[in-house]
Amino acid sequence: MTREISFVEALNEALLQEMARDPSVLVLGENIRGQGRGEMRGLQDAYGDDRVIDMPISEAAMTGIATGAALAGGRPVVHYQISSLIFPSFDQLVDQAAKLPLMLGGQGHVATTYLVMGCGANGGRAGQHSDNPYPYLIHAGIKSVMPATPADAKGLTITAIREDDPVAVFVPVRLMGSRGPVEEAANAIPLAKGKVRREGRDVTVVAVGHLVHDALASAEALAAEGIEIEIWDPRSLLPLDREGLAASVAKTGRAVLLDDSHRSCGFAAEVASIIGETCFGDLKAPVKRVTRADVTIPFGEQLEAEVLPDRRRLESAVRAVLAWS
Amino acid sequence: MTASNFDATSLVAQYRLMRRLRRFEERTEELLDAGEIRAHAHLYIGEEAVAVGVAATLVPRDVITSTHRGHGHILAKGGDPMRMFAELMGREAGYNKGRGGSMHIADLELGIFGANGIVGAGAPMACGAARMFKNRGEPYVAVPFFGDGAMNQGVLLESLNVAAVWDIPVVFVCENNRYAITSPIADMARGSLADRAAAFGLEAETADGMDVNAVNAAAARLVARARAGEGAGFLECLTYRFEAHNTALRSADPRTAAEIAHWRERDPLTIAAQRLDDTDGWGATDRADLDAEVDVEIEDAIARARACALPGAETARDHMYAQTYPGFPAGVSE
Repeated sequence: MTREISFVEALNEALLQEMARDPSVLVLGENIRGQGRGEMRGLQDAYGDDRVIDMPISEAAMTGIATGAALAGGRPVVHYQISSLIFPSFDQLVDQAAKLPLMLGGQGHVATTYLVMGCGANGGRAGQHSDNPYPYLIHAGIKSVMPATPADAKGLTITAIREDDPVAVFVPVRLMGSRGPVEEAANAIPLAKGKVRREGRDVTVVAVGHLVHDALASAEALAAEGIEIEIWDPRSLLPLDREGLAASVAKTGRAVLLDDSHRSCGFAAEVASIIGETCFGDLKAPVKRVTRADVTIPFGEQLEAEVLPDRRRLESAVRAVLAWS
Repeated sequence: MTASNFDATSLVAQYRLMRRLRRFEERTEELLDAGEIRAHAHLYIGEEAVAVGVAATLVPRDVITSTHRGHGHILAKGGDPMRMFAELMGREAGYNKGRGGSMHIADLELGIFGANGIVGAGAPMACGAARMFKNRGEPYVAVPFFGDGAMNQGVLLESLNVAAVWDIPVVFVCENNRYAITSPIADMARGSLADRAAAFGLEAETADGMDVNAVNAAAARLVARARAGEGAGFLECLTYRFEAHNTALRSADPRTAAEIAHWRERDPLTIAAQRLDDTDGWGATDRADLDAEVDVEIEDAIARARACALPGAETARDHMYAQTYPGFPAGVSE
């Protein structure tokens, strides 16, 4: 059965269902009891404070505790209240959890999930609460997903929990209150499977997270000009659905990459490289990127807007690749 | 050969195990110098009483996390010298299939969650294992080993606090060898390290880390307490490493010859040997036989490790993930 629920309700449902299905699943997080957004609702009541653990403000230890619990047979989900909290945890993420499986030579798994809430800018949260830090973890080899709909939020979180490797689920702050149809059943969405959000013949727009919705809005506006963009949502950033990406670019011959991570070494830079290496013969125009500027997010409203990818610059990039001859 | 620490309650067994640790490291240094082992190693020589005294209180299902100076902890917890040498030589039969080397040797089946190249990083993992033991009602403990240098690392201090507030079965073992790499502890920390742990609410003790009996007695108290669900503990062992921080820094050891000589007079093997020789029915001849047996055992392990195959280059990307996908993980030029 499908109902309309919010993005955080979908996350909550994924956690409740996976904890019911598998007694080795546990949740570690800060401010669990006072956490008001909803993704933790009812977890402690249902599963107790041994499986839903309220942590001291110690992100690095929390992350390492999850690694140890995983090696001891648990399947922990680590809840970071805001995206920047992966930074105090960096050693435990990139130098410990991510590297252990290879360094152990296959002796064991690190089946951890990192639920990274509040990703991206959301109106004046300034420098330390506005990051989209997925390139850091992708670079470190941590499997990473960024859902754009409540259904994907649920399905990808279920997959992350069941996967026998560390997986980070990046939750776009601007979508946390959004609503959409979600199946009641626990249906996992596989990694490395992108999704065409809108079909079009002229330009492939690779859009990540909340930008999928900006791209959908722009598609309407561009359609009025006779421009049909195809919107491809990678969903799984690492591993990436290279076949799905190549199929869309082969069809349109043009690509604009819409991504709210830093321009230099950001996610769009990697996608551009892959298109250049594998789709060169299909391209009718250079690949264009519309990304976050390479700066810290400033506080003021106009300043913030200036450095974030937006519809105006997306539409201008689409027109530019179409004008190329 | 792998038998070990678990029945090592007698002084003979403890002496023998310390002797194994010492000989393993002496031969590791020679094999490094001969080019049979790559890179460098952090030798445990001088600190043997700590690993052996603590590990004698543990059972196979108990968990340890170790450090960059990990060979001693792993051997004391029952690690197989052959598989350790094979790992140091990069062989497929090594503990980590030649993917880890000296600073990452692990044996999950023996509860060894690995040596670790980052100071203090194993402590939260030990807490995670202990939390699972407590959640599942299992009678096991987790013991993170670390040095005095780690006592200034944030994640370790976070872990002390978590262990205290959760009352989990963890016993932190701090090997205070007086130097953070080459920096003397007087310049790195004020006051007693055990007092810091006590301030977090942990049961804390300090032991003579050169005397295996002293370490063992203190560890036995703290481990028994933790195992009984009475809370986490902290054991500071005052010890000393006889060699440089690692084999690559032998020419950059700032410690004076007099200081090293002073500590060598308290060699943990000598102390244990003396006590053994004073035991009725034991004499220096018996001990010489025992030393020779250990030498043979180590040479045998080296010979068998040498005979093991190297991993194929085509397997270099293996084990990065438990679950892989087409074209993932990416290679060098595809």
